[in-house]
Order: sequence, then structure tokens, then C-alpha cells
Amino acid sequence: MTHPLRGQSAIVGAVDAVSPTGSLDRTASQLEVDMVRAALDDAGLSIRDVDSVISTSGMMASLDLAERMGVRGRYTDTTMTGGSSFEVHVEHAAAAISAGYCEVAVIVYAATPRSGKNPFAGGPSMGGDLPFLEWDLPYGFGLPASSYSLAARRHMHEYGTTSEQLAEIAVAFRAWAAKNPNAYRRDPISVDDVLASPMVAEPLHKLDCCLVTDGAGALVMTSAERARDLRRSPVYVLGAGTAHTHGMSISQMPDLTTSGAAVSGPNAFAMAGVRPADVDVVELYDSFTITALMTLEDLGFCAKGEGGAFVEGGRLGPGGDLPTNTNGGGLSYTHPGMYGMFVLVEAVRQLRGEVVDRQVAGAEIAVANGCGGVLSCTSTIVLGTESTL
Amino acid sequence: MPRLEPSSTPLSEPFWEATRSKQLLVQRCDECQAVVWYPRDRCPSCLGDQLRWIEASGRGEVHTFNVMRKPGNPMMADLTPYVIALVELEEGHRMATNVVGCEPEEVHCGMAVEVAWDVELTDGRRLPVFRPVG
Repeated sequence: MTHPLRGQSAIVGAVDAVSPTGSLDRTASQLEVDMVRAALDDAGLSIRDVDSVISTSGMMASLDLAERMGVRGRYTDTTMTGGSSFEVHVEHAAAAISAGYCEVAVIVYAATPRSGKNPFAGGPSMGGDLPFLEWDLPYGFGLPASSYSLAARRHMHEYGTTSEQLAEIAVAFRAWAAKNPNAYRRDPISVDDVLASPMVAEPLHKLDCCLVTDGAGALVMTSAERARDLRRSPVYVLGAGTAHTHGMSISQMPDLTTSGAAVSGPNAFAMAGVRPADVDVVELYDSFTITALMTLEDLGFCAKGEGGAFVEGGRLGPGGDLPTNTNGGGLSYTHPGMYGMFVLVEAVRQLRGEVVDRQVAGAEIAVANGCGGVLSCTSTIVLGTESTL
Repeated sequence: MPRLEPSSTPLSEPFWEATRSKQLLVQRCDECQAVVWYPRDRCPSCLGDQLRWIEASGRGEVHTFNVMRKPGNPMMADLTPYVIALVELEEGHRMATNVVGCEPEEVHCGMAVEVAWDVELTDGRRLPVFRPVG
């Protein structure tokens, strides 16, 4: 039986702002409004059509942003799950639109850690009386790599995964970035380059780690019915799922080698009525190479523990069997702190067939997977073109 | 620069006070017997509010670890490189900690370790770290 929410809503506007310099010359507040305007232009809608503003940066973020845009909303969401927030927002907006709570929702993100203040310095992940401060930070945690490296080591221990295999992921995404004029890092790299880059948190090298750049993006969503009258080909939400396993302390992660995508992925695929083998293009959160490897396993593209062998031979890169992170990913395109927005924007672009050089020919089904915190919360969105309905 | 010193809270104070006499405590739930780490005021297994402090054996094994070649926070600069580990204790809980007393290259998953009290904080509390057994 078809899931009642399958294909009932669509992404009709999708834009981002990313510079090859890594820096943007506007403030995050300016970028938020500019992104909304650009995404609405993309959709062929105006701000007067918007009845839901969804955003997650700061206290009462969506209300503040809506006020700055003169929107009085009838549905709102400020869910904060780190880098997976935007996939969760799409999931929530799809349900809200299908239930009639709102008709046109905008989802926005902007951050300028490269040109401005690092959002992690004194930001929400370090604030308050989080257990992380008392039980982790004194031991020298802090850099995200300090936690993700623990997952990488355990994966190596249990499954024999190697640094060379993790490096293959960085190499493949860099090869995609070479085709993206807005990517921050475009020079080709080899496995040896990754292994020769400085160790940050063994076993993760510098080139196993994501960038720090400015970046912004926005999505517009509406009902499938209204989407058909708009400017662009709708990209339908076929399935969605979210799962979380712990908060900011990786000592609380039940299994260091399995992320929530092992739950959010199958749930999203079941809702969409598709299997991993049906997917034409994958956009996933690559905060680190290990994040990408675990996500591919957890989503079911290969069995648990086989990710290392799976990514060998350029499978994820241009010309490979499973085109993944076709914009270059958080490792080579952009990473302003919460990369999940760009996962969705690139998935939409691929399904519209609007990118040059890096277009996956005939792409009809895409998976966008966000991962936030320290492998804490994943959210999986399955998207499809009109032909998949 | 001294390493970051955790603040004690009313909830965690018994744990921190016990470190002055080199005792490693952990909580156990009176209702469901779950061993609870880090300290809570409600049991994450059954939501019970009767959590009792018990002394842990201080023995366990390295579940996973890294070698921090870049300090994870600025106060660790003088200690870099250092090893962060998750140690699984005999009681079954996993603690974030450091492994000391051996070269980083000697640490491995499954390595038998025991609590060590080398790290004294400025107020006399100690930060439990672990070293190879024997």
C-alpha cells in the first residue's frame, strides 16, 4: 500500500550561496533573507505566498526571521539536530503541508564561520550545563574530529577498514568538486595525498575532515497540487525518516559503528517504496570520511562492515556506479557548520537536471541524508521526479 | 596552561569528592539495577529516581581510542599528542577518558586498562584516567 504522504509535497525552490574563496561578503542575517528571496524566485512565488518559516539559527530563530520578512506564519519549526536539521525540517514540512497546516514553507540556513565568528565558539553545542562539558571536554574533546575518530577506529577494529579506504571517499568527492566552479577545494587529490596530510585525530587525517567555509541556502516546499503550477519541475518528497541515538557525548552512542541512518534510511525507503538499488544519486553528510562510509552501510547500499571495500575503485566518484556527493560534499564543496542544507539543494539540482559537467544523466531518484551532532541524529529524505509518482 | 577543570554540580559532587581518595564511583539504579554513566538524577533505563553510588572496580578495556595530534580544545595544547579513549568497565558502562602511562602507538582496542589517578586538579579533586594493566 502506498504511504499516505508519499509524493504529496514537493521542493519547488532550491538555491545556495557558496564561493570558491570560502567567504561570502554578507552577514548571515542578510544571507537568510537573500536566500529566501532567491528560492522564491526560483519557484515563481513571492514572500506573500509564504505561510511557514522554518529556521534553526538562534533563539526563536524562525519567529525572528519571519518578522524580518514580514511573514505571519501559521506553522513554524525550529528543530535543532545539528547538521541534520534541514532534513528534519523537510520531513516536518512534508507532513504539515500534507495535513493542511500550511501551504508554502521556506527552510533557510546561513552561517559565516570563515569570514565571521566561528559558530561553534561559545555556540549552542558548548553552552549550558551539558554533560559534555563535565565528562568529555576535560579529556581533550572539543574538535568534532575528537569524537568521529573514535567511530573510525572502532570500525577499523571490527571490520578491518583501512585509512586507504577512507581516503578513497575524500578522493572521489574531490573529483566531483573539480567539476563544481563554486567548490572551495578543486585540485585533484590522491589516496597518498590524504594519507600524507597531517594527522588531526588518529586515524583521521586533515583531508578526512570537512572544510570550514561560509555558506547559505534555502528551500521552498508546497503541496504536490500547487507545485505543478509553478516555474520549475517539482521534486517530490517520496519518503522521510529520522532517528537519533544519543546527544553530544559519543560515550553514550550504543554502537560506535552504526548511525541512526540504519533506522531513518529503511523507514524513508519503505515510505518511498523504493530500494537502495533504485537510487540514481546519493547526497550525504560527509563531516568526515567515516561519516560517509557508515552512512552508505546504514542506508543499505552495502552490508555493515563492507563499506571499505564498497568505496574502493572510485565507485562514488564521477563515472562510478553510485554517484555520491556530486557537488564535492562537505569535504570539498562547502561546510559552514551544518552541511545538511547543501545535501538537499544538490539532490534537487540533480533531479531537475540543471547542473552542468557533473549532472548524473537521467537521475530520477535521489537520497539526501543528514547527520548531526557527533553521529547523534540522522534524517533521510528520498526525493523523486514526476516520473517516480 | 592547566587542563579544563570540570565544575562539580550537586548531582555529581559525590563522584568528584570520592576522587580525592582515589575512589571511582558509578551509579546503579535501585529499581532496575542498571549501571548508569554519566551521573544522572533519573535512571535512563527505567526513569526511576533511586540512584545509588557504588564503587567501580576501575578495571576495563579500551573500546576505542584516538591519538589527538591537534589539541581538541586550547587547554590541551601542552599535552598534545594525547590519547582519548572510551573505556568499557567491568560494570558494563563506557567512560570517555585518557589513556596514559604508555606510548600512543601501544594503545589498541581490547587493551586491558585500570584507573589511574595521576591527574590532580587545582582543588585536590582528581580526573580519572586509565593506564595499561601491569
